[in-house]
Amino acid sequence: MSRIADCFAALKQQKRGAFIPYLEANDPNYQTSLEILNALPEAGADLIEVGMPFSDPMADGPTVQAAAIRALQAGATMQKTLQLVSEFRNDNQHTPIILMGYTNPVEYYGYEKFCQDAEKAGVDGLIIVDMPPEEIENIKPYAIKHQIDIIYLVAPTTSPDRLKLVLKEASGFIYYVSITGITGTSTASNDSLQKAIPMIREASDLPVAIGFGLSTPEHAANAVKIADAAVVGSALLKTLTSTLDEKNQPTKDTVTKVIEHARLLAQGTHSVQK
Amino acid sequence: MRRESDLPLNSLRQGPDDHGRFGIFGGIFVSETLIPLILELQQAYADIQKDPTFQKELDYYLKHYVGRPSPLWLAQRLTDAGQGAKIYLKREDLNHTGAHKINNVMGQILLARRMGKTRIIAETGAGQHGVATATVCALFNMECVIYMGAVDIERQKPNVFRMKLLGAKVVSVTSGNGTLKDAINEGMRDWVTNVHNSYYLMGTVAGPHPYPAMVRDFQCVIGNETKAQILEAEGRLPNKIIAAIGGGSNAIGIFHPFLDDSNVELIGVEAGGMGLDSGETAASIERGSPGVLHGNRTYLLQNEDGQIIEPYSISAGLDYPGVGPEHSWLNDIKRVEYVAINDNEAINAFQLCTTKEGIIPALESSHAIAHALKIAPSMSKEDIIIINLSGRGDKDIDSVAKYLKVEL
Repeated sequence: MSRIADCFAALKQQKRGAFIPYLEANDPNYQTSLEILNALPEAGADLIEVGMPFSDPMADGPTVQAAAIRALQAGATMQKTLQLVSEFRNDNQHTPIILMGYTNPVEYYGYEKFCQDAEKAGVDGLIIVDMPPEEIENIKPYAIKHQIDIIYLVAPTTSPDRLKLVLKEASGFIYYVSITGITGTSTASNDSLQKAIPMIREASDLPVAIGFGLSTPEHAANAVKIADAAVVGSALLKTLTSTLDEKNQPTKDTVTKVIEHARLLAQGTHSVQK
Repeated sequence: MRRESDLPLNSLRQGPDDHGRFGIFGGIFVSETLIPLILELQQAYADIQKDPTFQKELDYYLKHYVGRPSPLWLAQRLTDAGQGAKIYLKREDLNHTGAHKINNVMGQILLARRMGKTRIIAETGAGQHGVATATVCALFNMECVIYMGAVDIERQKPNVFRMKLLGAKVVSVTSGNGTLKDAINEGMRDWVTNVHNSYYLMGTVAGPHPYPAMVRDFQCVIGNETKAQILEAEGRLPNKIIAAIGGGSNAIGIFHPFLDDSNVELIGVEAGGMGLDSGETAASIERGSPGVLHGNRTYLLQNEDGQIIEPYSISAGLDYPGVGPEHSWLNDIKRVEYVAINDNEAINAFQLCTTKEGIIPALESSHAIAHALKIAPSMSKEDIIIINLSGRGDKDIDSVAKYLKVEL
């Protein structure tokens, strides 16, 4: 079984939901993002999403945009992002890592080479925000070959008919984008989640993660009452941003504050007995 | 509107395929949230192509509101200056709002109305598309939000004020370099947030399918008229047609009806900026490589890690790091030749056209004029060049004055 499947199977036994924090690779620099990444599992992260910085993150709100710009200014490259995962894997063999980003840097790197190198680095799953099922053939054969799960997004605008198409070949887990909008800008209502998640459950047996609109431990707890995992990104990045100096450099608080915040979010998520 | 069934099988006008592809270019690279809207738009666009009442309605507004057909002007004094081929100007600058942009905007606003949308979102670079969009929104009483880069707002102040007068909300975009690319990002973010009532009115032949095909089809009125007009004036087709390319909507509009006329050479003029190898350029085809941005695969200015490079041109309307996907394809199959004209050459052509013809061309169009003047001398006096004069240059006088170091 893959690390992602193992992880969700274990959580199911423990009757808890998964906490999935998001951080941007190389933000605010390589070393700091590696330290945060290394400390997240102990703080309660069950899986981790690592953002691949892109100059034009169309689906992201101001917080993630700023993180991507900082990362690029600090010299982020795809090669460094993969290296980050690889270094993390030196000491951690069990926490699944999902890379999340946009088509162009992956296409430029080369789909086949990317999947090959990502497997080697210890990447488990991949979310390419602007590559819907209509375009997924670009990378799918290579992802399958190198045992990387392609995580599909489902949105509030996805109709039941379309859901069948989207989920036909989904693997790993399903990422429910809980709001129509960009990351970190608003919060999904409980009502809308109550309606959407059962629809997905009916169409697939895969675990369901909720993301895009969660920022507090309460949101995360709410999400795992209905679904299997809660993704929190912008809220953590806001904490990271608040610790930086005026030149966007990390301070002694950066890693501690982010990890403290992650721990609270994890506690919220894990407070729910499923 | 173009109907595929009328075309011969080997026509170059068949594209895109069902996946929105022109060869390897084009496609539908957007997030899942937008896909259902894109599919709805594809369906709505397919429906109006079969509906004669839509074309009739569009024709009415193009004639009585936009002022079409636009004239094809024999530019005798420019011809004399070039001492070679005869130069004609397709006067898109004479359209209502002063550029070709309104051809597309009128088509899309009528479509948006049929789809029951009440709020229009658009991006703008030079401001011409924003002004055209704000204009039709005023006409049809629709809410209008225009995203414009902060840098462009600074260099196109009159157009910003025009949009505001027309009742549009102009949102200044400071992310990235504060130009057209960033305005598109921000417009798409608005769209994904306001999916239920909003229509994204793309100003150029870029974006996810069906935009590149739809915008092209609405702009083909330029080429269709040109063909009829030159046949009437000269009894034959031109030797060359030249148009400026940012995203490429005016160029595709005049080129497309001539794609199957293999004797007509088509030349797209990109903005060389400070020079193709200066690092300060917007020539995506000549200095870019294939990549994916704003919903489609096309030639992009990007670095060795697939990050988009900020383009540069004196002309805000050409200041885009990509180009419409059909242009990328036309380049690769060598049906259209793509060349570059630098800032200084465009400024010279701007001045020459103004003093010789009494026509102040947009800086965008000045790039096309500059290239025509470059090649006309080596052509025969019997030869014909048609330049798409895509817009008027009143909006650019501040930029030109600054370049010429003139205090206004």
